[in-house]
Amino acid sequence: MEYKDYYKSLGVSRDANQDEIKRAYRKLARKYHPDVSKEENAEAQFKEVQEAYEVLKDPEKRQAYDQLGQNWREGQNFRQPPNWNQGGFEFRGGGFTGADTGAFSDFFESLFGRGFRGAGGSGGGGFQQPRGEDQFARIEITLEEAYGGATRQIALENPAVDAQGQVAMKRRSLNVKIPAGVRDGQQIRLGGQGAVGGDLYLEVGIQPHRLFKLDGRDVSLTVPVAPWEAALGAKVAVPTLGGEVTATIPAGAQSGQRLRLKGRGLPGKPAGDQYLVLKTVTPPADTDEARRLYQQMKSLGFNPRAGAWS
Amino acid sequence: MDIIEGSLIDRDTLYTLHELCRSSGVHAEVIVEMVDGLLEPQGRDPVEWRFPGSSLTRIRSTLRLRRDLEVNLSGAALALELIDEVRRLRERVHALENQIESGR
Repeated sequence: MEYKDYYKSLGVSRDANQDEIKRAYRKLARKYHPDVSKEENAEAQFKEVQEAYEVLKDPEKRQAYDQLGQNWREGQNFRQPPNWNQGGFEFRGGGFTGADTGAFSDFFESLFGRGFRGAGGSGGGGFQQPRGEDQFARIEITLEEAYGGATRQIALENPAVDAQGQVAMKRRSLNVKIPAGVRDGQQIRLGGQGAVGGDLYLEVGIQPHRLFKLDGRDVSLTVPVAPWEAALGAKVAVPTLGGEVTATIPAGAQSGQRLRLKGRGLPGKPAGDQYLVLKTVTPPADTDEARRLYQQMKSLGFNPRAGAWS
Repeated sequence: MDIIEGSLIDRDTLYTLHELCRSSGVHAEVIVEMVDGLLEPQGRDPVEWRFPGSSLTRIRSTLRLRRDLEVNLSGAALALELIDEVRRLRERVHALENQIESGR
């Protein structure tokens, strides 16, 4: 397993006092908190910071960690010293705060044990557990899957007590049907699929699409058109989530104008629409013929700025 | 393996206080406290309260913020409001950028 440099994770020196550690943690926690942050890898970063703080804020754990010595480097191959756990440290059970420790590294677990796992959910303050625990998970799907519906396999981890009475994380897989027309951020409730018979809530995120921009159930697509197609009108083939269709561009259309294809967005009641955003693209004047035609258009006496700034 | 079908929680799905407690695993007192600025149920008193489906996510986020950032409920409420506002502004900037781009 890899050594973790907790001081580096928090960006503090090895002789930082508890106040400095707390300040560093708070600052980084605000920066990377998954509910707040738009940073890439925010969740992974946040876990690093939490793990580091879990150790360094507790004088006993910090002392134990410091005893490993200063010569370790982040990521270095680490093996627990043979005399570990004989120094009078006892970390199992109490002493852990509400942090959701289920996701801490092997390095952390080898030093401080995993017996406390599963206590995470109840640490948030004010939770009650009179019945099975509801569980929350997030799933990312493509826009195509949101349009057509899909079946996805998800993996969940739950703490379970094994035959030896040890608490260990147990993986289980579920095949979940994602209904067509699900919107970004919507939740699916799976009755009885949470921990110990609670419900599982699955929050659905729709990944950004290469072509289509999503807004609720509506999608929009930029359609490049030639000046004469915009001016004279044209029929052009455009992709929709349900396959290619022919759209009519009315004569006299302008760049930036939006055309609506009714009911071609995500399905639902009512179904969303697809918008075509026209974008006029002028051909390059890189041949004699092209230049001649542009010169000829010049004689139209058209001034695109007429009245624009008055 | 069996394929499990769930029910979609819609914006139109409404929860009673009791249902919300059950689904979120949070004590009623905590939720009552959150109604003071954080959750906005329809109805006048707790028995009549109906919470929108989005309340669940809000409760989870609030409790996580409170736990991880060591802020109180008002602090978490403020953070969530600002996060919502930033998201709206980001979407707006995004839409305007698209318009500018396609107008070119």
